[in-house]
Amino acid sequence: MELVINGDKIDVPDTVETVDNLIQHFGLSEKVVIVEQNQIIVEKGSHQETKLCNGDKIELVHFVGGG
Amino acid sequence: MSERYSRQELFTPIGVEGQQKIRNKHVLMIGAGALGTGNAEVLVRAGVGKITIVDRDYVEWSNLQRQQLYTEEDAKQRIPKAVAAKERLQHINSDVEIESLVMDVSVEEMDELAKNVNVIVDATDNFDIRMIINDISQKYRIPWIYGACVGSYGISYTIIPGETPCLNCLLETVPMNGVTCDTVGIIGPAVQMVVSYQTTEALKILVEDYDALRKKLVSFDLWQNQHTAINVQNVKKETCLSCGSDRSYPFLSYSNQTKTAVLCGRDTVQIRPPENIDRNLDSLAKVLSGKNGKISQNPYLLSFSVEPHRLVIFKDGRVLIHGTKDIAEAKTLYHRYLG
Repeated sequence: MELVINGDKIDVPDTVETVDNLIQHFGLSEKVVIVEQNQIIVEKGSHQETKLCNGDKIELVHFVGGG
Repeated sequence: MSERYSRQELFTPIGVEGQQKIRNKHVLMIGAGALGTGNAEVLVRAGVGKITIVDRDYVEWSNLQRQQLYTEEDAKQRIPKAVAAKERLQHINSDVEIESLVMDVSVEEMDELAKNVNVIVDATDNFDIRMIINDISQKYRIPWIYGACVGSYGISYTIIPGETPCLNCLLETVPMNGVTCDTVGIIGPAVQMVVSYQTTEALKILVEDYDALRKKLVSFDLWQNQHTAINVQNVKKETCLSCGSDRSYPFLSYSNQTKTAVLCGRDTVQIRPPENIDRNLDSLAKVLSGKNGKISQNPYLLSFSVEPHRLVIFKDGRVLIHGTKDIAEAKTLYHRYLG
């Protein structure tokens, strides 16, 4: 499946079906992540059941602490 | 028009009137590391009336690559950052009142520091203090500007009490992980980019041009050539305990604070997170293996020696910092290696 992630077209493996899968795919599962799917924020409680579709525009922002 | 600020006054959204407003304002800067020194230099050059800079740490050689106010001499002499920053800033602009405080900030200190402040700039390195800043910001209705960076990645968000979601709305849980500038590194440009975002928003607040605020959560990765801005307004929660209608400011209460204690006669400080956590020692060992320290591990704890200190990290989240009786130093080490 092809997604547009943070502005870049990216192919993700077929095993990535949900927002939660995507977060794991990018190694962000231990972080606090805000996910926007087609300009709508996906609530944290819905990451597991929210399906991704080919061509979805996804924005992923994760929180870091350094400074 | 004084020559000094002429270029800033020619910039229409600020103008002579805006410059006067900047002159009458007080900025509170928590932290004088990379973000703190960058933010402070911009705001002091811009002619802010007063800036209060607070930091518990001293200058080390590894700071010089990105912490722009410090010199080799500061590192040689281990000058407290707040002191070295003030020295340099006062040379840059003698018109600005600079208050520098060498101290560890927790709830009581934050409550005191927030008096008569127009904006709080976050230049800290951990979420414990950010959650306290966030609650204080809501309690006294002071805007604050979150900023953070690691590697080539950075993030910033401006929190306006009563308008935007707060950090507690955005995070829901306090992030806990081992990736920090001291474990995966940081490049100067990532710092400067966050500083640019933070200081621009600070200037907008100081000249009271609230309509111009970015309003979006912004993040970037300069090495990966990525840039993202998300509208998070809908994340604001009416039920939020920090900013909702039935608020309790949970991070100002004792039970939610990270607790520290000097262990008598052992040259050791214990740091205990607010609630017991189940720390994954294997993944922590992986993160720390990139550092110049010695790791040993058993099923219950991980020991990480980095001379002259030794950190012992328990599965329940408790950490013993051996080799110091100084709580501020222990906290610095804790956040350096554990985030």
